[in-house]
Amino acid sequence: MNASHDWLNAFVQTSMTPAALRDLITARCATVDDMVSLRADLSEIVIGYVVEASRHPNSDHLWVTRVDAGTGELLDVVCGAANVTAGKRYPFAPAGATLPGGLKLEKRKIRGSLSNGMLCSARELGLGDDHEGILELNTEAAPGTPFTSAMGVGDTRYVIDVQPNRPDLLSHLGIAREISAASQQPMRWPDLPDVSHSFATAPSVAASALRAGSVEVRLEDAAGAPRYMGVVIRGVSIGSSPAWLTARLESVGARSINNVVDATNYLLHELGQPMHAFDVAKLEGSAVIVRRASADERLRTLDGVDRILNPQMTVIADAERAQGIAGVMGGSESEVTDATKDIFLEVATFDPASVRRTRRALGLSTDASYRFERGTDIELPSAALARAVSLILAVAGGEVDGAPVDLYPAPRARAKAVLRVSRVAQLLGEPIPAAEIERLVTSVGFKCAKHEGDSSFDVEIPSWRGDVRAEVDLIEEIARLRGFDSFSEELRPFRSGSVPASPLDTVLKRVREALVMKGLLEARPMPFVSGAERGFVRVANPIAENEAYLRRELLDTLSRRAEHNLSQMQRNIRLFEIGSVFDPGDADLPREEMHVAALILGDRRPAHWTEPPSPAFDEWDAKALGEEITRAVAPGSRSAFRPGEGDVLWTIEIDGARRGEVRKVSLDAPLWAAQAFGAEVSVERLTAEPVAAAGTARYKSVAVSQSPASHEIRYQVLPTTPSSSFDIAVLVPNDMRAEQVEEAIRRSAGTLLEKLTLLSEYRGDSITQGMRSIAWHLVFRHPERTLESREISSRRERLLRTLEGELGVRQRTA
Amino acid sequence: MTTQEFFEALQRAHVEGSARISAAATPLELTDVRNALIGRKNGSLSQLMRELPSLPEADRREAGARANSARVAIEEELETRKVSLDADTPPQPTLDLSMPGRQSWRGAKHPVTLIIEEIEGIFRDIGFTIALGPEAELEWYNFGALNFPADHPAMDMHDTLYLGKEVLLRTHTSPVQVRTLQSYPPPIRILAPGNVYRRDFFDASHAPMFSQIEGLAVDEGVSFVDLKATLSYFANRLFGKTKTRFRPSYFPFTEPSAEMDVECQLCSGRGCSGCKGTGWMEILGSGMVHPAVLQSAGVDAERYTGWAFGMGPGRMAMLRYGIPNIRLLYDSDVRFLEQFAR
Repeated sequence: MNASHDWLNAFVQTSMTPAALRDLITARCATVDDMVSLRADLSEIVIGYVVEASRHPNSDHLWVTRVDAGTGELLDVVCGAANVTAGKRYPFAPAGATLPGGLKLEKRKIRGSLSNGMLCSARELGLGDDHEGILELNTEAAPGTPFTSAMGVGDTRYVIDVQPNRPDLLSHLGIAREISAASQQPMRWPDLPDVSHSFATAPSVAASALRAGSVEVRLEDAAGAPRYMGVVIRGVSIGSSPAWLTARLESVGARSINNVVDATNYLLHELGQPMHAFDVAKLEGSAVIVRRASADERLRTLDGVDRILNPQMTVIADAERAQGIAGVMGGSESEVTDATKDIFLEVATFDPASVRRTRRALGLSTDASYRFERGTDIELPSAALARAVSLILAVAGGEVDGAPVDLYPAPRARAKAVLRVSRVAQLLGEPIPAAEIERLVTSVGFKCAKHEGDSSFDVEIPSWRGDVRAEVDLIEEIARLRGFDSFSEELRPFRSGSVPASPLDTVLKRVREALVMKGLLEARPMPFVSGAERGFVRVANPIAENEAYLRRELLDTLSRRAEHNLSQMQRNIRLFEIGSVFDPGDADLPREEMHVAALILGDRRPAHWTEPPSPAFDEWDAKALGEEITRAVAPGSRSAFRPGEGDVLWTIEIDGARRGEVRKVSLDAPLWAAQAFGAEVSVERLTAEPVAAAGTARYKSVAVSQSPASHEIRYQVLPTTPSSSFDIAVLVPNDMRAEQVEEAIRRSAGTLLEKLTLLSEYRGDSITQGMRSIAWHLVFRHPERTLESREISSRRERLLRTLEGELGVRQRTA
Repeated sequence: MTTQEFFEALQRAHVEGSARISAAATPLELTDVRNALIGRKNGSLSQLMRELPSLPEADRREAGARANSARVAIEEELETRKVSLDADTPPQPTLDLSMPGRQSWRGAKHPVTLIIEEIEGIFRDIGFTIALGPEAELEWYNFGALNFPADHPAMDMHDTLYLGKEVLLRTHTSPVQVRTLQSYPPPIRILAPGNVYRRDFFDASHAPMFSQIEGLAVDEGVSFVDLKATLSYFANRLFGKTKTRFRPSYFPFTEPSAEMDVECQLCSGRGCSGCKGTGWMEILGSGMVHPAVLQSAGVDAERYTGWAFGMGPGRMAMLRYGIPNIRLLYDSDVRFLEQFAR
């Protein structure tokens, strides 16, 4: 919503500067996003005080003056105006300034005298046609003061962010009403060039068809148009608008079209009541019919586009065809043109939801639809119509043909709500006296009647405040009108909440810390992927067709991020993400799961001068990463890494259930890129199932739970006896897993085996084809005594026998 | 002396010995240390070796071997130390200590995570706990329960990505309010961070997915004063001492609704192009929970009142760290992310 400072001042006279008014509107009403000086081209002009003026030595029509422009020194300025007088103030453009129209002033010599700028005439400043002399200013402002602020020249436009619940603020009338309340200054109607008219416009409740002069008006769709007024004006002369009207429209950024259209636009911005003028000569059968469109009915709108309508839309039609789309846009056929003589002026209230649906279906938003879909004041049309007629007669001439029609089949009573003084205090936290409450709400048009005996009010809600329905809405009015800044900011005691900290959040934070400590970088990419018809959740109305699906796994989006990094020539990539993945599931709801994933590629560690270049990340780094994530996700749980197939190196099981995998990741990568590896683990299912039916609750038992997901750690007594150890190296066939051998070792070694470490794997010339040598280090300890060397050597022999006997695995010799 | 005690004493003697050897600063001191350790008469190791015959026969051999290797090790250490102390010239630095130490990769949290954790920390101090909810959400939780009017322009601010009939990608974290109110009785004090979605096209300041953080406090006697006080306290913690102001606003699920501004962080409130000359910067939206929302969740709206707020950590991260384009938050460029390592 654009509002003009001058226009608002015509409603409420305040002495506020534009900045002060901006702050007031923002604090009490709606946020002013921007404030635009409409004469920014005058921003460099200042007040100049002529200290001396004397004849130019080399000219008989020039003057040499000394001007105080607030710079601390007097400037020599050559002036050609006969009216220049010492001791007076004039608009002054210093050297370096640009005049309206783009002329940049420079220091120059005029007939041998230096001139440091220019004293300006009204025409040079674009303030009129007067070029007789320079503009003498009637002001005491200090020299150097900006001209526009000193003289109040140039309107200011406020760009106001009106929230969708406050259509009453989409007009100067509405904003002025709030300024009047906040500043406690009276409000009045802005003057219009005086052509007074009065009408008998009692709403006609019963009739659905009436005559406005020679035009028959029929309301067939009262649901779409709860109130429809119209009037015929004959003999208008279409032409250009007077300067004041054009200026008003320009002040809010609207363009002048012709006097009649400008008059309706003026009232839209002034009162928030959209109107439309039809050319009566183009209305077939001299009829105006408000009805639903028929299927596939066509209409060329004012913007020249052919629209296909449907029966959900309300149209304004003549006897033959649609001539306008109700509340959205008129048709081009009945548009007011230079040839128009007689007009039918429509001033109506259209149904907000219906206008909104039509606007969306047609993809056509206008100043009118914007206001109608938010809701216009149903009581406003009669006053708006009278004012519009006055204005049109003043700017376009003509005369009213018969009485206006007012089809208003179901007049609406003003809504009422009960307001309790105690509830105001409960919600706002400070007691507000009943008298103050009454003063505040009545200041913006509510009517209060105090209940006998108790401290509450019956409040009548004005017709323009459709957003106010219940007590709580009135309490908002009280808080707003009193000023949010009037409420204390005292921190008061509170009771601690009943909601335990989210166990999932605790896990995610632990995982994040662990991965950051491992040197990984957290990514937060978007979950949209190219996907496929099957297995992916599809967005019904995606932003981009090539990313219409939601990811099934984080490694999908992380891979794209890795590719982005490769395209930026980054060869060392260590990313992780904690986020949701989606699966279509088999029920109505998609299945959402919180996952953790990491992707690594490139050097295992940064280069250091003591070492050869770092090797690249490999499978074993990926496995360690998978183990790290698994430990952080499910500390203390039993996890297993099962060898996978293809690119899947391992699948991860936690407590017997498959929860993730470690794998090679294929990327669209340049030749120089290293192999990428990834690990991904599912943390928890997130369900969108309803907690309870609407309007009810199902409370979880609020027990004092122990720290979520903490696992039991038990202290093990430190050993007091020495350990003994030995190494073995055995030849293991390539198709036998080291895990199998370890299992046999553990079985044979018995309970005194404290630690079993895989030392090395070796393949080489000395090893039989198809075999490898694997070495383990075994540590034994007896909890109570020192093991004798005999015990150790016998264990070693038994172990080798077992391996040979059970697995056919023999000690490596030589 | 048992074998065990012998081994422990041996270990102790070795460790202490090594320490004394490195501590010796002159050749003379080193000679004293030598005598104290392996001197024939009073050397601690020598005395220990005299205990050998008293050990059980079975252990003697191993004990002897260990004692001997400890003695050999001590002698080597004495010799090494002697060489370095004997050198005529002052010891040459063998290491150029100006050279860089060995690095490992540094990890980092995402800047948006850093802001979320900072906000969480402040609210945790005043009794809030974290609650999470699904991103694929039911329309009722996202709109219906939150008092959104059907066919109303309020919906225009929430251009929605739908996944199916009545299922959508949540457009704000506010559904967590209703889920929490249905799951736990008042008093409620929760903070709900999470990703939300809008059908917005990517530009320098908009993205179709972004993070939001929601706060909710519901109890008897909770008022607009509590809202103002708590959020001002929060702003002063997050931004350092700052002025706040509350402006009227509109959210279907709060009444009254207010937006909170803090002094513009770029110009300290003097007015600049960043704040369009107002001196203020919008931080969050807030309001008293609409009674209709409490009723949706089965809470007695006459007895209980509450306040809620929501804000965008992404925008705050951009402000805090001077990030000019929102795309950087999503690109995951390692050179960008590494800047947030601590």
